[in-house]
Amino acid sequence: MNAFHFFIEYSIVGIASGGVYALIALGIVVIFKSSQTFNFAMGEMMMLSAYLFYTAAVTFSLGILAGMVAALLGSIVLALVIERVALRPMMGRPFIAIVMVTFGIGSIIRGVVGMIWGPNDLQIPAILARTPVLIGDFFIPGKTARAAAIAVCIVLALILYLRYSRAGVALRAAAADTITAASMGIDVRRVVAFTWVIAAITGCISGVLMANVNTLTPHLGVVALNVLAVIILGGMNSIGGVLVAGVIIGWLEAVTGLILGTEFREITPYILALLVLLVRPTGLFGSRGIERI
Amino acid sequence: MLTVEDVQLSFGGVKALSGVSVEAAKGRITAVIGPNGAGKTSLFNVISGFYKPQSGRVVLDGEDITRLKPHARAYRGMSRTFQNIALFSGMTVLDNVKLGAHTRLTGGVLSSGLRLPSSRREEAELDAEIRRDVLGMLELDRVQNSHVEDLPYGLQKRVELARALVMRPKILLLDEPVAGMNREEKREMGRFVTDVRDRLNTTVLLIEHDMGMVMGISDHIVVLSFGKPIASGTPERIRQDPDVIKAYLGGAEDAADDKAA
Repeated sequence: MNAFHFFIEYSIVGIASGGVYALIALGIVVIFKSSQTFNFAMGEMMMLSAYLFYTAAVTFSLGILAGMVAALLGSIVLALVIERVALRPMMGRPFIAIVMVTFGIGSIIRGVVGMIWGPNDLQIPAILARTPVLIGDFFIPGKTARAAAIAVCIVLALILYLRYSRAGVALRAAAADTITAASMGIDVRRVVAFTWVIAAITGCISGVLMANVNTLTPHLGVVALNVLAVIILGGMNSIGGVLVAGVIIGWLEAVTGLILGTEFREITPYILALLVLLVRPTGLFGSRGIERI
Repeated sequence: MLTVEDVQLSFGGVKALSGVSVEAAKGRITAVIGPNGAGKTSLFNVISGFYKPQSGRVVLDGEDITRLKPHARAYRGMSRTFQNIALFSGMTVLDNVKLGAHTRLTGGVLSSGLRLPSSRREEAELDAEIRRDVLGMLELDRVQNSHVEDLPYGLQKRVELARALVMRPKILLLDEPVAGMNREEKREMGRFVTDVRDRLNTTVLLIEHDMGMVMGISDHIVVLSFGKPIASGTPERIRQDPDVIKAYLGGAEDAADDKAA
């Protein structure tokens, strides 16, 4: 085993974790695109979805498949309620006020989850096989590889769907100009609600995947903050950008962890995000005129 | 076709519209004119659904649409253009125009997303129809694959008109269609609007500042001043109406062209 071999192996693992980042980032980007709302509650929505899965699959012993369906449905309903009750009345209000609302929702979810399920780690049923995956003679931990494969497939499917479906066209039109979109028969409120549904789906799947790779705790959502760097790099309103940026950030984390030590792992994405904001505020793929946070 | 009945609209204590009634007769061009601040844009927003009047009604084809949201009005056959260019940049002329067909496509969220044969066929038919009917009539066929932002202003306005027509509207609302245009572009736009009436038999309601344009193409004119209707009738009648001359033309008829510029 030489250093180069390690480097490649870490790179593959890093790129794999980038797949899940992309999935989380996608949920944040679609909402930002439709309503210029930066959803800081995304991590908590993910975490709650994982608890819903645990409750459905273990507590009510529905099993993995039915548990996942129940968690998805629960997450969608919750996202629609949040959008309708807390965000829609905020339409047209200052960006910072809306951001604070999403922060508040995040805190509430974290508190409520702590009250219901307690602060301790829970073990969710293993949906990902543990057997390591070998690519050539490179060794990838089984759960990470499988989580990445699932995440990337879902991200690609959603990107294609948003590119070619009428819902995707409506989203782009509403993102570009709400008044014109409305005049052409596009119900902008429905487009916004639709993006919350997309976020609920990506959040639920990424939450369950993360809870599988790590364990389930009320702090699961913290990972969504790492995703901030992904979104800044990819461009806040670029749906396609999340995949490229997710992979870059995942790789960077793993490689800096290997070369500089794990303490650098945490900060490198933010250093990169800072550089991007200074040099190219719209990110790699974002369009001009997007508001910075 | 479209009637506005006794509409009152105020913002706080400011009365934007009081007792305004307008009727756009089927297959005719009706114009609403008035000096700046007369309430033209407010009226336009009431008709298109972005403002809700305190009282009065907007009726389209016998149906009261006063409380309907803008997107719902689009589904009932109301289509519009904007005073400022409101095209989607980065897209071609054809793609921009196709967006106007949103209300007409039947392909659901799933079938169009999965590119099923039925929705692909629907889209191919739509492309053919747009090329044949709309782009041809508005003489946009040669630029259909250009990006909209590369086109001169007058052509961009024409693309907007094309997009509004693809909806196959019962009523077409034009918000200052010749604002910012030069003389040649104005003449062309006037010709295209009358073509729309004559060849597609579309009812047109336009809000305009430019007297030359309005007098040349309208069948019926309503004049607003300070949020109140002060006259209505044919262009000839309006031209001779003493109230209109006092309020708008400033006493001299040739002032019209200066105002337009």
